[in-house]
Amino acid sequence: MTTNILLFKITLLVYFATTILYLVGVISRRDHFRQNAVYLLIGGFILHCITLVVRGFATGTIPVTSLHESLSFFAWALVGTYLLFYLRYRTVMLGAFITPLALVLMIIGTSTSTQAPALNPMLDSWWFPVHVTLAFLGHAVFSIAAAAGVMYLLQERMLKSKKFSGLFYRLPSLDTLDSMNYKCLTFGFPLMTMGIISGAIWANSAWGGYWRWDPKETWALITWFLYAALLHGRLTIGWRGRRAAIFAIIGFGFLLFTFFGVNLFLSGEHSFRNFTGQ
Amino acid sequence: MHIVIVGLSHNTAPVEIREKLAFAPTAMERPLRQMLELPTIAEGLIVSTCNRVELCATTKEPEAAMVALRRFLAEYHEIAPEEINDNLYDYQGEDAIRHLFRVASSLDSMVLGEPQILGQIKTAYGYAAEFKTAGLILNRFLHKAFSVAKRVRTETGIASNAVSVSFAAVELARKIFDRLDNKGVMIIGAGEMCELAARHFVANGISKVLVTNRTFERAEKMAAEFQGKAVHFDSFIEHLAEVDIIMTSTGAPNFILGKRQMEEVIKRRKNRSMFLIDIAVPRDIDPKVNDIDNVYLYDVDDLQGVVQANLKERKKEASKAEAIIEQEIGQFHQWLGNLEVKPTVIALRHKLEEIRRQELEKTFGNLKDLSSKQRKSIEAMAGAIVNKILHQPTAVLKRAQNDTSGEDYVDAVRTLFDLPTPADDDKEIKPLDDTDQE
Repeated sequence: MTTNILLFKITLLVYFATTILYLVGVISRRDHFRQNAVYLLIGGFILHCITLVVRGFATGTIPVTSLHESLSFFAWALVGTYLLFYLRYRTVMLGAFITPLALVLMIIGTSTSTQAPALNPMLDSWWFPVHVTLAFLGHAVFSIAAAAGVMYLLQERMLKSKKFSGLFYRLPSLDTLDSMNYKCLTFGFPLMTMGIISGAIWANSAWGGYWRWDPKETWALITWFLYAALLHGRLTIGWRGRRAAIFAIIGFGFLLFTFFGVNLFLSGEHSFRNFTGQ
Repeated sequence: MHIVIVGLSHNTAPVEIREKLAFAPTAMERPLRQMLELPTIAEGLIVSTCNRVELCATTKEPEAAMVALRRFLAEYHEIAPEEINDNLYDYQGEDAIRHLFRVASSLDSMVLGEPQILGQIKTAYGYAAEFKTAGLILNRFLHKAFSVAKRVRTETGIASNAVSVSFAAVELARKIFDRLDNKGVMIIGAGEMCELAARHFVANGISKVLVTNRTFERAEKMAAEFQGKAVHFDSFIEHLAEVDIIMTSTGAPNFILGKRQMEEVIKRRKNRSMFLIDIAVPRDIDPKVNDIDNVYLYDVDDLQGVVQANLKERKKEASKAEAIIEQEIGQFHQWLGNLEVKPTVIALRHKLEEIRRQELEKTFGNLKDLSSKQRKSIEAMAGAIVNKILHQPTAVLKRAQNDTSGEDYVDAVRTLFDLPTPADDDKEIKPLDDTDQE
């Protein structure tokens, strides 16, 4: 168990260094700092992959059975999705928003128990990894949408008010940010939908019922409707730009609440303690 | 050998004086040759633009050379030297190197970061090379200046943001639309600035141009120029939804485009962004239009503000450029110092002595049964060989010290014998890279 904890901590340090590099790069206006930050992030991601694989072999299942593991998995999906976006859009600056988010998830991860209790045999099913992978990839894609939304609002504000800070020169164009919002939506929404459906199938095989209205399910559904509304608005009545950006940020807020709030404040089948049948 | 620069620029002289002292670009041979005939000057170069005149030379006596160059500049243009004395600046040594590096990097330009100056210096160097008034040092110096300017350009954002109103409009459009090639622009009215901005837009890939004017013929004429389409003024509002960028510069006393009309247009565009540029005074577009989501309205003052912000941004980048220049000065100065005769002679002797010592050690290691007398005579012989070899080169170097060919010999000796930095200088020598040659 110690190997993967050590790897986890090294990954966290790399993310931390990347965040610092980004910060220095943005403040000091040195473009190559930010470019190097991306390379460092790629290194951190590879390390993170190894961490998860080692952990997975140690526990014998996909490493999302505890809060610690899911935070790490979430951060991994987030960084991975960003790097995919980087390949497509070459937006170095997006990473300046994503990396700190991944870092925060990892830091919260260190403060939670790193124990890996055995999975409740009732829940051990082929659907478990499918459900969580889809759900977290959806989370990651929507996080990117939110980050792009924040960048959009910043850039839009500067263009409207005609007061430009140094950030103006480094942020991508509004169209690019808006098309990122759209791309995220078209990938994130199916992922989330399939995540919910696979969860329902899994629930049926574990408990004999597709939907039990436990808090997490309820909140996930609310979030799903929110994104459905945004997607619909985009496709039919031309919701774009500012409105789409704000929606993406609100949606992300719901997502975070579904992820954290339900575990911390409400109890239900998705609380991690129920995972292990304690 | 020292580098000196005497000159004047927009910082020190008004245009009335600059135009009097400018050299005609078509007749550079005469001034260059005359400059080289001055007693203290070894190599010479003249940079003459509308914003500056720089006489750059190498000399053994910098003080005297600067006086001579000041006099030459005045007398060549038939002006009394006293008349322009206050407008001239002079630099020598490191300051002269810094000055030319800064000028070439456009740090001393009227519009910070403007790109023409580098080309102008290259042209000036071309003349100096053609008429053979640039020698070893100026050749190296100018190539270094070019490579420094190139480095400044690529490593800092000194030239990155638009500092003209019409180009600022294009850059703003890029911050909104990303791609311009699939966008359309409508030109309302026929202002000169509008036309200039339109030209920039077309040069940056805008594919669709609509032109409207109260006089339809004028609209047609302008549309033909941009291979666009003329639209009747009465119905131009119906075509607004087809374009992404609108530029207006009519003489209308009132707003020709109001908030409600624009809201209608944006709705028809399904909220796709629009960029409105109102160059007219009085303004053509109701400023309230800017409150509509996804509409970005800029008037002349706003664009001017963008230009100011961009200039500020360039100034911040300039400090990075200064740091690069300081770094490069050190390198070039060291190379120049290496061209001194005395340290070169010492380094050469040191090198040969070192070879002698090593070879003797090797020989004595093989011949262990030599008597001390035999050893002494072998040592003496080796010493004599070194001295004999050294005699002629040393004499030539010392003689060359007094004329302009000195540096060529020094450079040759340093290259042939692969000599390190002068012995009194502990710094490790950096290999002189020739990659900076254009």
